[in-house]
Amino acid sequence: MASRKLVTDARTALDGALFDGMTIMAGGFGLCGIPENLIDALVASGVKNLTIVSNNAGVDGFGLGKLLETRQVKKMISSYVGENKLFAELYLKGELEIEFNPQGTLAERIRAGGAGIPAFFTATGVGTQVADGKEVREFDGRKYVMERGIVADLSIVKAWKGDEEGNLVYRKTARNFNPMMATAGKITVAEVEHMVPVGSLDPDGIHTPGIFVQRILEGKFEKRIEQRTTRKREAA
Amino acid sequence: MAWTRDDIAARAAKELRDGFYVNLGIGIPTLVANYVPAGMKVTLQSENGMLGIGPFPFDDEVDADLINAGKQTVSALPESSYFSSADSFGMIRGGHIDLSILGAMQVAANGDLANWMVPGKMVKGMGGAMDLVAGVKRVVVVMEHVEKTGAPKLLKACNLPLTGTGVVDIVITDLGVFELDKRGGKTPRLLETATGVTVDEIRAKTDAPFDVAIGQQAA
Repeated sequence: MASRKLVTDARTALDGALFDGMTIMAGGFGLCGIPENLIDALVASGVKNLTIVSNNAGVDGFGLGKLLETRQVKKMISSYVGENKLFAELYLKGELEIEFNPQGTLAERIRAGGAGIPAFFTATGVGTQVADGKEVREFDGRKYVMERGIVADLSIVKAWKGDEEGNLVYRKTARNFNPMMATAGKITVAEVEHMVPVGSLDPDGIHTPGIFVQRILEGKFEKRIEQRTTRKREAA
Repeated sequence: MAWTRDDIAARAAKELRDGFYVNLGIGIPTLVANYVPAGMKVTLQSENGMLGIGPFPFDDEVDADLINAGKQTVSALPESSYFSSADSFGMIRGGHIDLSILGAMQVAANGDLANWMVPGKMVKGMGGAMDLVAGVKRVVVVMEHVEKTGAPKLLKACNLPLTGTGVVDIVITDLGVFELDKRGGKTPRLLETATGVTVDEIRAKTDAPFDVAIGQQAA
């Protein structure tokens, strides 16, 4: 029986899933655990006026930086964009909007969205401009600000291993935002380093159950490193 | 003679306690890992999703899937665990992390902190700083005592956009150590001066009021 979810490549995976002005969640922290193949396919598709939800904005010429170069992004919802010079340039020229979210608030907004929770209260950002215009309520003597859950028209995530049912396993700190984003996309497309036969993943060790994944593909990855820091072996 | 960056980090390491789970920010805070006292068990948390951060990897061990919150390659320890950023900030927001050491642009006498934005200049974003100061049990700031212009950074009130209100417990600068009363509203106390630094020099370079309590312990 042919797989309902497995597709051959990233471009096919996005067939019929794209429209101008849509909201897309893209997994990754820095360049770690980003869906490289699907980002390239978004660039090739020419879809524009995108709102991108991603912790960072890639670097110049790699990751989401590619979508900035082609001016396909209208707005970013992120916690930190300091690694991207083009981002700064576009922002200062008024060609790009940014909504900064505290990193934990961003992670929780996505988790909540995927779990059907429209809003929650957090102490993060109380008394700062993050709380401007938002409801603040006191619980047990402490102030909390209300934040909204978010969902996306499309989530693109990257995992280490996956199977045709869409079950995913992430590797080390490449997990980051990927599991929550997988739950919060109306359509979620996953790209993996290794497609494995159904039954070979330990059911106890699956990080994202296949219900959250509509399409899956095996990709090729550069896995660029942002800050290569090492130590020397002491001489024998 | 004022303290160096390493002196500040070494002093900050005295805030560590055996068994602590600790989040270290980027810059001087990262150096604190080099000064954990021998025999003390401290577990470092990285907000992207790792508990138990090891040292930088050897050249042939570098792994693109294994980085810290500063996007630097790191190594794992036998006790390390990985988790999503939502779980990571659950640890932080839920008060499970004992100590956070981070840098600052400004700190106010009441414990307000500003460390993420200078209006009119490019804004990079707050990353996890707002979550950390709101959720971690004890917050230690390490910073230069004054700006490059000579302007004080320990102030009566911050004039930069805030990262958190009433969040800082201890401030360690190149000139000394201050204890703030972030909930009670008492005047900050100067607990230590750096080697060769006088209280008068600190007074001249500090906008916030403070009481001199040299030799006394932090509460």
